[in-house]
Amino acid sequence: MTETTERTPLIELTDVSKHYGTVRALEGVFLEVHAGEITCVLGDNGAGKSTLIKTIAGLHQHDGGTVRIEGEETRLASPRDALDRGIATVYQDLAVVPLMPVWRNFFLGSEPRKGVGPFKRLDIDLMRRTTREALLRMGIDLRDVDQPIGTLSGGERQCVAIARAVHFGAKVLILDEPTAALGVKQSGVVLKYVAAARDQGLGVVLITHNPHHAYLVGDRFVLLKRGTMVGSHTRDEITLEELTRQMAGGSELDDLRHELEKSTP
Amino acid sequence: MERTADERILQSSPLRKLLSRPELGSVVGALAVFLFFAFVADGFLHASSLSTVLYASSTIGIMAVPVALLMIGGEFDLSAGVMVTSSALISSMFSYQMTANTWVGVGVSLLVTLAVGAFNGFMLTRTKLPSFIITLGTFLMLTGMNLGFTKLIDGTVSTKTIADMQGFPSAHAVFASTLSVGGVDFKVTILWWLGLVALASWILLRTRAGNWIFAVGGNQDAARAVGVPVTATKIGLYMGVALGAWISGQHLLFSFDAVQSGEGVGNELIYIIAAVIGGCLITGGYGSAVGSAVGALLFGMTSKGIVFAEWNPDWFKFFLGAMLLLATLLNAWVRKRAEATT
Repeated sequence: MTETTERTPLIELTDVSKHYGTVRALEGVFLEVHAGEITCVLGDNGAGKSTLIKTIAGLHQHDGGTVRIEGEETRLASPRDALDRGIATVYQDLAVVPLMPVWRNFFLGSEPRKGVGPFKRLDIDLMRRTTREALLRMGIDLRDVDQPIGTLSGGERQCVAIARAVHFGAKVLILDEPTAALGVKQSGVVLKYVAAARDQGLGVVLITHNPHHAYLVGDRFVLLKRGTMVGSHTRDEITLEELTRQMAGGSELDDLRHELEKSTP
Repeated sequence: MERTADERILQSSPLRKLLSRPELGSVVGALAVFLFFAFVADGFLHASSLSTVLYASSTIGIMAVPVALLMIGGEFDLSAGVMVTSSALISSMFSYQMTANTWVGVGVSLLVTLAVGAFNGFMLTRTKLPSFIITLGTFLMLTGMNLGFTKLIDGTVSTKTIADMQGFPSAHAVFASTLSVGGVDFKVTILWWLGLVALASWILLRTRAGNWIFAVGGNQDAARAVGVPVTATKIGLYMGVALGAWISGQHLLFSFDAVQSGEGVGNELIYIIAAVIGGCLITGGYGSAVGSAVGALLFGMTSKGIVFAEWNPDWFKFFLGAMLLLATLLNAWVRKRAEATT
């Protein structure tokens, strides 16, 4: 623990809260993201996971507490602002434009150009080549970068989005339930690329409601429940069993078991 | 993972590549219609007839190009038809009332028309209401203003002639002249049309703005999340439609010398139909400028072909409807293939 307090975290949230009108969506959340580490945010539906990542991604501004990026207190104005500071977010469902080719998706919003004045145009050769190379570096061997990205499987699409974030020099990668809609094998593939991103020195925030996936790759675990933080652990402080128990409702689950046992004849 | 990339690329045959082009359906349709009228309509293949067909196509095509771009960007513009008339009226009335050079009127018209387009885009992005509602409102307001202002200022439903005013001959040459190529007369609008198709294709396929247009139409939230300026892109697209309306409007004015203020109503649907036949998805994110040109050509061939075949022109609408249905079915099929996930 002494070692972690000496290093400046890439992102540090202190007592952050967020309200939508009178609804308290997030309250008293502490979170640290370090380079080369994976911070997992766990919680059931409605626990505030989405609100939390939207705050880090710049889609929402927090109402209370402080957000520090590399030690500097900030308030992110927009997703573009977050991107410029090296925070890239890969959303579960809105990561890509399905009908556009893979290479156009890869560079969307940050297209390289050549030429001058009115003849400034996309550097298409560079875009195609770079897409192929960046995907290969992440271990993704794509048939054809010209195919619409919608023709890829869900897992492949996530991987392209991760490779895109890594390529554009993201320091922090936020992944919103990357394995939620995937089968067992596909989930494994995606987790492999998450680990690959970590090994390249990125700080990763992995949002999930699957403690097994989280424990496979995570270094820190933050548990959310109805908008509040109910637990924050480093890997050496918690076992998978305990994480699963807390995630599944902890003492509530014990009560439920008692009730169910009583009702069985 | 053991298979080499080359082996797998063979799987996407040239035929598959061709099938995935957005213009495919319209090109096949255009060829069929061309052959059909070449057989049934005497004189359809004469150079002068083809020039008439091209002229009819160009007047629709000039507007179909920006309307197609807007549709790829995921929006409609129902005010596009009457905006052409508005643009012509502004140009004509400003020159006449100010007794200014017609080019001054042309310039003022450009500014006002672009402002109307910007208004459409601004209202859409600001209110987040469907473009159908926003531009229906603009459509009705422009229709009323066209008639109302013309009657207020000129006392009748058409503007005063500006044929004897300064700058008319040069403006006529730019917007409505006839060029003789090899003894056949071609209208200058055909050049405007081809120029716009080339410009729009360049923007769509080779520029950053083009990437953004596909993205805001294909998945607006994803586009915003990766930093695409969604608002600016949409406003720009509406201003593109306004630019097309300005060119069409000036042609309308200078090919005669006065404008009927009630014109243009209903044309917005023709532009949309040309774009859809040309392969644009009405849900956005897919289509091409060349496709819209082929759609406009189909339109021109059918409307004039029926005349050359000496049929009752009432059948034109029937053909149009049938082509629209066929084109939409084909597009839906293409989209399903493109979006198919495993």
